[in-house]
Amino acid sequence: MTAISGPAFGRDYENPQPRMGFFTDTSVCIGCKACEVACKEWNAIPEDGLELSGMSYDNTVGLGANTWRHVAFIEQRDVLADAENGDGGMRWLMASDVCKHCTHAACLDVCPTGSLFRTEFGTVVVQEDICNGCGYCISACPYGVIDQRKDDGRAWKCTMCYDRLGAGMEPACAKACPTDSIQFGPLDELRERARERVSAVEGARLYGDSPDDGVGGDGAFFLLMDEPEVYGLPPDPVVTTRDLPEMWRHVAKAAATLATGAVVAFLASRRK
Amino acid sequence: MGRRRGEQPVVPDTDFVSYYGKPILNGPVWHSPDIPGYLFLGGLAGASSLLAAGAQATGRPGLATVAKTAAAGGIALSLVALVRDLGKPKRFLNMLRVFKPSSPMNVGSWILSGYGPLAGAAAASAVTGKLPRLGALATAGAAVLGPAVASYTAALISDTAVPAWHDGFRELPYVFVGSAAEAAGGMGLLAGPVSENAPARKLALLGSSLELVAFKRMTDRMGMVAEPYHDSKYIKAAEVLSVAGMAGALLGRRSTVLTRLSGAALVGASALLRWGVFHAGVASAKDPKYTVVPQRERVNARR
Repeated sequence: MTAISGPAFGRDYENPQPRMGFFTDTSVCIGCKACEVACKEWNAIPEDGLELSGMSYDNTVGLGANTWRHVAFIEQRDVLADAENGDGGMRWLMASDVCKHCTHAACLDVCPTGSLFRTEFGTVVVQEDICNGCGYCISACPYGVIDQRKDDGRAWKCTMCYDRLGAGMEPACAKACPTDSIQFGPLDELRERARERVSAVEGARLYGDSPDDGVGGDGAFFLLMDEPEVYGLPPDPVVTTRDLPEMWRHVAKAAATLATGAVVAFLASRRK
Repeated sequence: MGRRRGEQPVVPDTDFVSYYGKPILNGPVWHSPDIPGYLFLGGLAGASSLLAAGAQATGRPGLATVAKTAAAGGIALSLVALVRDLGKPKRFLNMLRVFKPSSPMNVGSWILSGYGPLAGAAAASAVTGKLPRLGALATAGAAVLGPAVASYTAALISDTAVPAWHDGFRELPYVFVGSAAEAAGGMGLLAGPVSENAPARKLALLGSSLELVAFKRMTDRMGMVAEPYHDSKYIKAAEVLSVAGMAGALLGRRSTVLTRLSGAALVGASALLRWGVFHAGVASAKDPKYTVVPQRERVNARR
């Protein structure tokens, strides 16, 4: 039994597991979307519309209730201007996005029913038989991952294939990825591997790997070839509940202000 | 790092980079009028309970009955709006299967569960004249919980990734309690007996002033993220009505018609402010600018 890496978050599971995660190395993504398909198949996700976006080969556009893996396509011109070919040139960036399974997960914090929970693998999962569709998690997610399924009203997102993990299998997307762009494993090992990889690829940077970032590090982190916002990722996400103690203090002071105001209104209206 | 930024020909705005101009956040799935209505009615109810208790304690039975009715009606309607907006309304009670201070919505559900019956009992007793002692107890209880009812919704919407809501978390509670006092005082002026309405007038004036000042401080501090507030026609209308209502309440105290009109203006101003705050938040989530630019500035400042 490996020690619990990262937070077990005070959950005393009978069978503690190492924290599991994804390392998505976008430098080897070929945009085949096998991850999207495998995810849909395994998790029996409804179709997410058959419209063409018209903006690129990306027709799912972003993560949502019915898109738990999303492959982004970015066409960049003139970016290799002083590369060997010298004539400007262009490049494609492709990246498979997914729920980050944050160390400090805003969705989980704000869920009023306890439907969202932290698994023994350190992942964040929605219990659909509890979710009442309040939508709070959707407004709280700094990455725009979780969303509401319009026809059933509840919130849905990646479970990191919780059912497969329990059976000792890797998630469907990682299994299907033909280039090992999506790597699954204990988060400690993935971080080690990512550090080696990032020093070997020119222009690469890691995103979501640091436990010191605004969400305490992502359970699913990335090697990117450009700034995060190019891929539709927030450059510096912060878990909103970090500020909640201060919010409650201001609420308490405001409530006291209101009560005082009412007392003043009556004291100032005393009849002679 | 010396790397050049890749050109993004599909993104016209040169100040920041995004993925085809698509939002980063999925944004609130909450609906109007349900959620802005819920914010407004909760405020009206919470502050009305204070007005009711004060009116009862100082021998203003007419004002007390109006305030108690506003509190009970407001909280009942706001609950209907809240439940109606759930994806699974029948599962509303799942909110009460846990107690979770990290979720303002959960805390709010518990506050409402305590407050709702008290406000209802206070109003029922006042309207029917039955069980006056229990009614007085309920009135006092509702007044104790009222300030929490009027203020917790600020934490509720601030505790999100929605830029215009989150970034206003320091001032929004004061904006909301100001707006609540404005609504409750305005309702007292609109529907209360003229001979008893002095405290309602003062509460409304205090509330409107607090709302205007706190809102100004909030938007001044928020920088570019305040743009959706400045662009909001609801906010503009709320400010006009607030000022008009305050002027009417101050200058028209000898005229019943002016008093009623200014009461209506203040209630309307409070509602419009909630609509403005709600829609500004939704707009700030839809435009990736408000997510990317402040975060990019933070990152660059650390480099």
